[in-house]
Amino acid sequence: MDLKDLYQDIIVDHNRSPRNFRRIDHATRMAQGYNPLCGDKLVIYITLADGVIEDVSFQGEGCAISTASASLMTEMLKGKTEAEAAALFDNMHQLLTEDNHGVDVAELGKLAALEGVRAYPTRVKCATLCWHTLQAALEEADEPVTTE
Amino acid sequence: MSAPHVQTPANGTPALDVARLREDFPVLHQQVNGKPLVYLDNAATAQKPAAVIEAISRYYREDNSNVHRGVHTLSERATAAYEGARETLREFLNAASTKEIIFTRGTTEAINLVAQAWGRANLGPGDEVLITHMEHHSNIVPWQLVCEQTGATLRVAPINARGEVEMDEFERLLGERTKLVAVGHVSNALGTINPVARMIELAHAHDALALVDGAQAMPHMAVDVRALGADFYALSGHKMFGPTGIGVLYGCEALLAAMPPWQGGGDMIKAVSFDGTVYSDLPYKFEAGTPHIAGAIGLAAAVDYLAGVGREAIAAYEADLLAYTEARLGEIEGLRLIGTAENKAAVASFVLDGVHAHDLGTIVDHHGVAIRAGHHCAMPVMEFFGVAATARASLAFYNTREEIDALVAALHEAREIFG
Repeated sequence: MDLKDLYQDIIVDHNRSPRNFRRIDHATRMAQGYNPLCGDKLVIYITLADGVIEDVSFQGEGCAISTASASLMTEMLKGKTEAEAAALFDNMHQLLTEDNHGVDVAELGKLAALEGVRAYPTRVKCATLCWHTLQAALEEADEPVTTE
Repeated sequence: MSAPHVQTPANGTPALDVARLREDFPVLHQQVNGKPLVYLDNAATAQKPAAVIEAISRYYREDNSNVHRGVHTLSERATAAYEGARETLREFLNAASTKEIIFTRGTTEAINLVAQAWGRANLGPGDEVLITHMEHHSNIVPWQLVCEQTGATLRVAPINARGEVEMDEFERLLGERTKLVAVGHVSNALGTINPVARMIELAHAHDALALVDGAQAMPHMAVDVRALGADFYALSGHKMFGPTGIGVLYGCEALLAAMPPWQGGGDMIKAVSFDGTVYSDLPYKFEAGTPHIAGAIGLAAAVDYLAGVGREAIAAYEADLLAYTEARLGEIEGLRLIGTAENKAAVASFVLDGVHAHDLGTIVDHHGVAIRAGHHCAMPVMEFFGVAATARASLAFYNTREEIDALVAALHEAREIFG
């Protein structure tokens, strides 16, 4: 396994210049995520209208995998319905955790860049934190999400 | 014991024959990700010399039996080996009596033992326990728990930007309410060597007891509990080249004798009836249940091994290697050392601009280099320095300059990847 499979250019780029890295003042949904093992923290903001994600953003601090994953996720989610977002969550979860996943990687667009993380079991939670936090925001969970 | 691994002292300082010492550590001789393993995570756990591995294996192969019970030969052998290990630890720490050497699961359990057995009996509302801002969670949380249980208050002595305890503040926080001072000998996150002898002296001047968390001191320096004046001293076997699951609580005999037992069970009693139970004498009063016999034997083997290498030679070698490490790390643009105390053990904690510690950990692992990335179970320290995590290279006497060069080369690659 080459390091470049993990730290692909797109991941390095989204880490250096995260997209949608801002607060949404009048977000309709919000959730916090925390990985107690490494201290990664993030907040996801969503503006939901008629079941469609009109705007989504995040703030927080974490490693390159965590930051890039959240940045790529927000890019991908704009305009998606809640059901589409949930399906994407399932696909990403499979992609990151199952060697024999049935996900059509081509359909994932830029998110496919995260596939290399699967070979690093200790880093999978870095990539999934934002997705679990998204799920909590959509489900309007009261408790902050942790990876544990 | 084999002959000391010391070369002829040419300039007065004995130099370690590190190449030969490395031969004693089987785990070091392997490739990780196609590169020779460079193990720089010694503060998390140190590697084990063959002498330790063999002592444990020999016990299970030849002597395995329960201690303090059987009249048969194996039980006598196991008991002799286990109690022999206690004597080895007594001598190593220069304790007055083997009654003062309690085997525990490790430092964490040793501190919890004091917090619960001594703390619950002796602390109450208005009383204070004083710790420092640089403590490991295992020297914070047990005190938080017992303060919650007894109504006592936990006080925290601040640290400065180099990661040293502010001694003026430490002294100011000591008062007649202070019942116990609990302080780490060496900080696992920063490498700082605390002036524990002075801190104990100050505690005693205020009629407070002093507990030292010695987990990180043991692999680097000789400790004489009586010279220090410590009332309690806690250590872990696995940080000092011994097995996991075994540690020691040294406690001053008079204090231990006055403390109620902590855990109840076999071995800690003289007689049990439903009308009442008579507890064992020291040290067995605090060793309920079948102990980690093989662990104690392995720990004693580690102590013998360390004595053979030479504590002074280790300290001198590590001081030189730490200076080299910090100088080489200093060459890397954007790297900041976290923990620059004047008096430091061989630990280099650092952050690199634009590269998170966890990414550093993964990247250097690709080069076979094992470091720790995270909060090092010292979240208040991370908060103080305004970082979420640091990368940490923690050294042992079997590490070399070439290995530090491998770390530095890997860090340069991290710089390149993240531009």
